[in-house]
Amino acid sequence: MSTILDRVRAITAEKLSVDEADITPESSFTEDLDADSLDVVELIMAFEEEFSTDDNAVEISDDDAESIETVQNAVDYLESKGVTS
Amino acid sequence: MAVAIDLSGKRGVIFGVANQRSIAWAISERLIEAGAELAFTYLNDRLRGPVEKTVSALDDPLLIECDATDDGDVQSVYDQIGEKWGTIDFVVHSVAYAERDDLGGDFSTTGRQGFRTALETSAYTLMPVVSRAVPLMPDGGAALTMTFDASQRVYPGYNIMGTAKAALENEVRQLAAEFGERNIRVNAISAGPLPTLAARSIPGFRDMTRAHRDRSPLKRNITHQEVGNTALFLLSEMSSGITGAIIPVDAGYGIIAL
Repeated sequence: MSTILDRVRAITAEKLSVDEADITPESSFTEDLDADSLDVVELIMAFEEEFSTDDNAVEISDDDAESIETVQNAVDYLESKGVTS
Repeated sequence: MAVAIDLSGKRGVIFGVANQRSIAWAISERLIEAGAELAFTYLNDRLRGPVEKTVSALDDPLLIECDATDDGDVQSVYDQIGEKWGTIDFVVHSVAYAERDDLGGDFSTTGRQGFRTALETSAYTLMPVVSRAVPLMPDGGAALTMTFDASQRVYPGYNIMGTAKAALENEVRQLAAEFGERNIRVNAISAGPLPTLAARSIPGFRDMTRAHRDRSPLKRNITHQEVGNTALFLLSEMSSGITGAIIPVDAGYGIIAL
């Protein structure tokens, strides 16, 4: 089964129309992957959708969303919310 | 025989698709299923890609760039559509914007420019979008816009958009009165909170969905499809006796006081 990192990279690649190979854990969504404010909102919503299960609804607050700057930040955040791969 | 809503041969223009989560798109999907043919506007180059992707399953979709705050743009949309189709049957206005700084925080600190931006984009635009469509509706038609309960009651964070929605709802009534003689109906759907790109920019959006889930009579949030269904009804002959109305699609939240 794919890891959380794999899934975050796949979603990011799709939403930002970038090559998955160019996305590393250190990639910053806005600085390295050229996400603008609309892209960021879209990404956050996509993460919530992808990682929510019947038992664990992932809800990313606006404040938390602001702290998610890199791919690794997203992975760490999702793990802290009880998401497992 | 079963009663079904059939929009075969009907044509309409949809203002306000940004991506696949847009309410305008949920409405469009339903209208297309009912047989309607649609044209879509997109705001600018930034949104062209997402809109193209959203409508990509359609056969040769008609896409026109349009900033609804520019009357020339709106007229140009109808000129192009008039040339291609001659007439239309309906128009959907799902357009709103406020500066991020004017959402959340104290309402009383809203500046004049922020007020103008929110009201012009979210309320004024209904007027050109409807009135300039009228020449393309010689035998009547229907217009639909999207509003929210914050026009009537206070939702912390929604701020200036509540003022804009109040203005918008008033326009619905005045436009309905003005164009009723031409058999053109103007209505609005007041939808409960839905996770769209625009909605997620509103601080307090989570509180809205939680309150609707916990306190509405149906004890849940509404779905995009439910708005699409009501839009289909309001744009079809099934609602021929309804104009100037604000129809809630809110799981009943609006009736609950405590």
